[in-house]
Amino acid sequence: MSDVKLTIDGKTIEVPKGTTILEAAKKLGLFIPTLCHLDLHDIKMVNQTASCRICVVEVEGVRRLMTACSTPVSEGMVVRTNTMRVLNARKTVMELILSDHPKDCLICPKSGDCELQDLAETLGIREISITGKSQSVYKKDFSPSIIRDMNKCIMCRRCETMCNDVQTVGALSGINRGFDAVVSTAFESPLVDTVCTHCGQCVAVCPVGALSEQDNVWTVVEALADPEKIVVVQTAPAVRVALGEEFGYEPGTIVTGKMVSALRQLGFNYVFDTDFAADLTIMEEATEVLDRLKRYLAGDKEVPLPILTSCCPAWVNFIESQFPELLDIPSSAKSPQQMFGSIAKSYYAEKLGIPREKMIVVSVMPCLAKKYEASREEFQVDNNPDVDLTISTRELAHLIKQANLNLHELEEEKFDQPLGESTGAGVIFGTTGGVIEAATRTAYEWLTGKELKNIDFEQLRGMDGVRVATVPIDDFKLNIGIAHGLGNARILLEEIKAGNPRNLHVIEIMACPGGCIGGGGQPYHHGNIEILKKRSAALYQEDRNKPIRKSHENPAIQELYKTYLGKPMGDKSSVLLHTTYTAKEKV
Amino acid sequence: MSKYKMHVLVCGGTGCISSESEKIVKNIQECLIQHKLEEEVQVVQTGCFGFCEKGPIVKVLPDNTFYVQVKPDDAIEIVEEHIVKGRKVDRLLYKDPGSKKAIEDSKHMDFYKKQMRIALRNCGFVNPNNIEEYIARNGYYALGKVLTEMTPEQVIDEIKKSGLRGRGGGGFPTGLKWEFSRKSKSDKKYVVCNADEGDPGAFMDRSILEGDPHSIVEAMAICGYAIGADEGKVYIRAEYPLAIQRLQKAMNDAEEYGFLGDHILGTDFSFHIEIRYGAGAFVCGEETALIHSMEGERGEPTIKPPFPSESGFWGKPTNVNNVETFANIPIILLKGADWFRKIGTKKSPGTKVFALAGKINNVGLIEVPMGTTLREVIFDIGGGIKDGKKFKAVQTGGPSGGCLTEKDLDTPIDFDTLVEKGSMMGSGGMIVMDEDDCMPSVAKFYLEFTEEESCGKCTPCRIGTKRLSELLKKITSGQGTEAHLQELRRLSVVIKETALCGLGQTAPNPVLSTLNNFEEEYIAHVKDHQCPAGQCTALLQYKIDPETCVGCTVCARVCPVNAITGERKKPHSIDQKICIKCGSCYDRCPTHAIEKR
Repeated sequence: MSDVKLTIDGKTIEVPKGTTILEAAKKLGLFIPTLCHLDLHDIKMVNQTASCRICVVEVEGVRRLMTACSTPVSEGMVVRTNTMRVLNARKTVMELILSDHPKDCLICPKSGDCELQDLAETLGIREISITGKSQSVYKKDFSPSIIRDMNKCIMCRRCETMCNDVQTVGALSGINRGFDAVVSTAFESPLVDTVCTHCGQCVAVCPVGALSEQDNVWTVVEALADPEKIVVVQTAPAVRVALGEEFGYEPGTIVTGKMVSALRQLGFNYVFDTDFAADLTIMEEATEVLDRLKRYLAGDKEVPLPILTSCCPAWVNFIESQFPELLDIPSSAKSPQQMFGSIAKSYYAEKLGIPREKMIVVSVMPCLAKKYEASREEFQVDNNPDVDLTISTRELAHLIKQANLNLHELEEEKFDQPLGESTGAGVIFGTTGGVIEAATRTAYEWLTGKELKNIDFEQLRGMDGVRVATVPIDDFKLNIGIAHGLGNARILLEEIKAGNPRNLHVIEIMACPGGCIGGGGQPYHHGNIEILKKRSAALYQEDRNKPIRKSHENPAIQELYKTYLGKPMGDKSSVLLHTTYTAKEKV
Repeated sequence: MSKYKMHVLVCGGTGCISSESEKIVKNIQECLIQHKLEEEVQVVQTGCFGFCEKGPIVKVLPDNTFYVQVKPDDAIEIVEEHIVKGRKVDRLLYKDPGSKKAIEDSKHMDFYKKQMRIALRNCGFVNPNNIEEYIARNGYYALGKVLTEMTPEQVIDEIKKSGLRGRGGGGFPTGLKWEFSRKSKSDKKYVVCNADEGDPGAFMDRSILEGDPHSIVEAMAICGYAIGADEGKVYIRAEYPLAIQRLQKAMNDAEEYGFLGDHILGTDFSFHIEIRYGAGAFVCGEETALIHSMEGERGEPTIKPPFPSESGFWGKPTNVNNVETFANIPIILLKGADWFRKIGTKKSPGTKVFALAGKINNVGLIEVPMGTTLREVIFDIGGGIKDGKKFKAVQTGGPSGGCLTEKDLDTPIDFDTLVEKGSMMGSGGMIVMDEDDCMPSVAKFYLEFTEEESCGKCTPCRIGTKRLSELLKKITSGQGTEAHLQELRRLSVVIKETALCGLGQTAPNPVLSTLNNFEEEYIAHVKDHQCPAGQCTALLQYKIDPETCVGCTVCARVCPVNAITGERKKPHSIDQKICIKCGSCYDRCPTHAIEKR
């Protein structure tokens, strides 16, 4: 495309046609303030509603002020971003927003991470002269994962773009008109009754405190203080590469050892690793894959293929409510979180000689859907849940800070054994392509009986939303599909419904863009996609650092099967490690 | 029509139908049968005559006799006196308010003298349900002409040359819009007719669709040919049942006659029209919001570019024009751009339809050449202010427009002059106000409207209009301060400059124009806590003049809250703390001893 020459605040620049004023200004080092705007085009999340009107600028020859985020440049355009008229408009619009926004910043879940708060500071707002007294009032909505406090909604519509355009879930939409307009669910139903998958991506992009997680930090504190309880904690792979951000570390810094140390100091009796359960998942899932493939290759055309991974609870919610006709194809393996809970409260509780009721399993997850997953009835024994409490990476950071612990000062420590033992395969569960790579490592060796020389399946890695790769396993060509982001998952599911033309055998799906490293419970990325890429790179680094990189070689796993479970998909593991799916009718 | 010697035209617009005009038709028909005249005299139910103030209207041709406020029972007299005996029914004739003389021929009525009906050419003349009557008035001739004699480019050139500008409000050159849509490359394009008339008190589009639906069908097909579209949509408010019914009938008949559908008039051009219903949201008159609404999405505007001419309905190039704009198309192509250019002003050729309402004698629908002055419209055509009161202001452009005053009365009306004066053409609503109207209250009325009709998408409109209306509420309830006036102005300017779509950008116009033209009235509200027009109840005080009061006790008896006390035959007084300012005493005092201040 041809270049366009324009002037912004007296500086001339040439940019490609189609560039917005905002992007052109950025190239000149001019940062025009924005609020509703969010551009994560790598994951197709581009919110260009131009609804907040904060980024207005003067364009010579245009009577009105124009929004920099949405106005494309044109040849000879003369833009001014900081005239008195612009500053006054920006300040007035900001005051308007604040006149309809609660002022309870001190106790707001987004405090410190709030983009509106930052903007008020940038614009130097010290009083709100706009005299309206009314403040929009809506009822708070609590789901096991997400809290919607729409009094704080500023109608940026990022959540709606994320939910509808990126995730294609369609749980959220603008309702009402004028001052009462707000983002809500169909018929204003509670989120839990809707098609919401609890992926939490809406929370990840909400600039204010309108959407936040169900905070379980205090319940964890209470459990830790209860002398009657044995409190066990598991930490998901993606947590260790993001937690550091909350303490000022560079994105992508691996803080596994310090995190373990912090958890131990917080008083958890046993600090375990979800990576262990990830390895366990591979044992079950790879067995299931091979079982179905062998039957298929033997000529059984009724075998449900491709087989879909089932680690991601938001993804499970998605298929249950949006593709109920495909419920026979996902792997029946529980997610690592639930496998851990199940094993901890059976195998490990027996080992400790305590009843399951005495044990509290806490999980630290990058995910908000895990909170919902833990509350599902399938994952309870006699009303006692396998996982009692789930907190997000952000909540763990709050917990550590509340306990006066300084992550920087902590010594690196190791997970407890045996449920803290893991392989590199378990680690990469936290990024898109990781689960299927881990499964392929094991499936390859089981199917061929030979040692896998090149462990790194580069063809399965990357950030493209939908990826397809073929992995040769001796004579057999294993066709693998990968999707991250539910909108991309939908593309593959529609393909399967249309007869699976690419003959895919296995598909990995993660609901969040980037996989768990981009989960709804992770430290806020504020639109910086580079952060996700760095977290992903760190997981692959952690994988390379591990002495053992194949799940089936995990000695603690081998021990577990030998002494307790028997064999994968055997009688005991079927009960403890597998689940069923139910079609859900939701609005 | 030739076999009939006489025609009786009865208005079948929504207003007159509500006043039993259908019964008038029936009664006249029955009466004609009794007199065995049904072969001689045809009764035609037409569209709106425009003179709604005096409806139902019955017009007798060929002598142009114009009967007003006709009741179903008058049918016998019209038939027996006028048709059978040739004697006009005097009592039903329109009386000139000045000379008090009856006017027999509508051509001599002030209401019609200065009008020029182009868009309304067939309204009140043909039976909208009869395609042959439309054809008899050269209907579908323009379509035939463009399909057989003109290239699409020539059609667009002709419209461009005519200088026709969009009648929906913005005044964008129609030919240019068509050209953009023509130039957009796509396998599919759409023509959309915007019939989502939402201004309070406006009924131009409804009347055209009710009175002359074929002109819209014809124009949309012509537009389809010009831009390369084979599908048209009419987006119409579901509250317009009669318009919908007549348009649907027109579409069906047009298809039957080969003016619509596949291979129109035997050519290669095919065009289909479908009606889409709107729920009456004001913002859906904005073209991007309208398109989203048609797609089943929330009726909300989106940023332009992309313009609908590049990416509109289902992402395809879409040309959106308003009903009145379309109504002008066939006649321009028949009579030529040069003919059209001679009407109106240089920059705004042609005519404009206005819906006259408010404190005016002749409420109704009028069409005048652009360049006609407000004075001519209000005082000549509109017959001046009701009850001999003093003219105060006129709001043009509905909630998006502004108030114009005495000093603007001699301004020739066109798109540009109205904007210069701080108002706008809008779609043609014209609401006249007299000395009893309080201007801050007028501004409050319009802001309450936009506040409610705002889609809520952008900050300035969602929160800004709310704040403006809150400020106006304070001012009109006696809680205003001078600082509020500054706030009102500052907010208005910013909302105008920053709102996303036309609704928000024009929403402060009623505030700014009343502030500019009637500042002293605002100051009286906030400084002296008085409403000079005596409309703001909270600022009113009723007082009894002891000199005039005769102590008849009527006021004390009608007062619903017993705020008035006094002995018989002695001056009474009102306890201001109890008084609820209902005005009952004021209305009933036989000696006019009660003052309202």
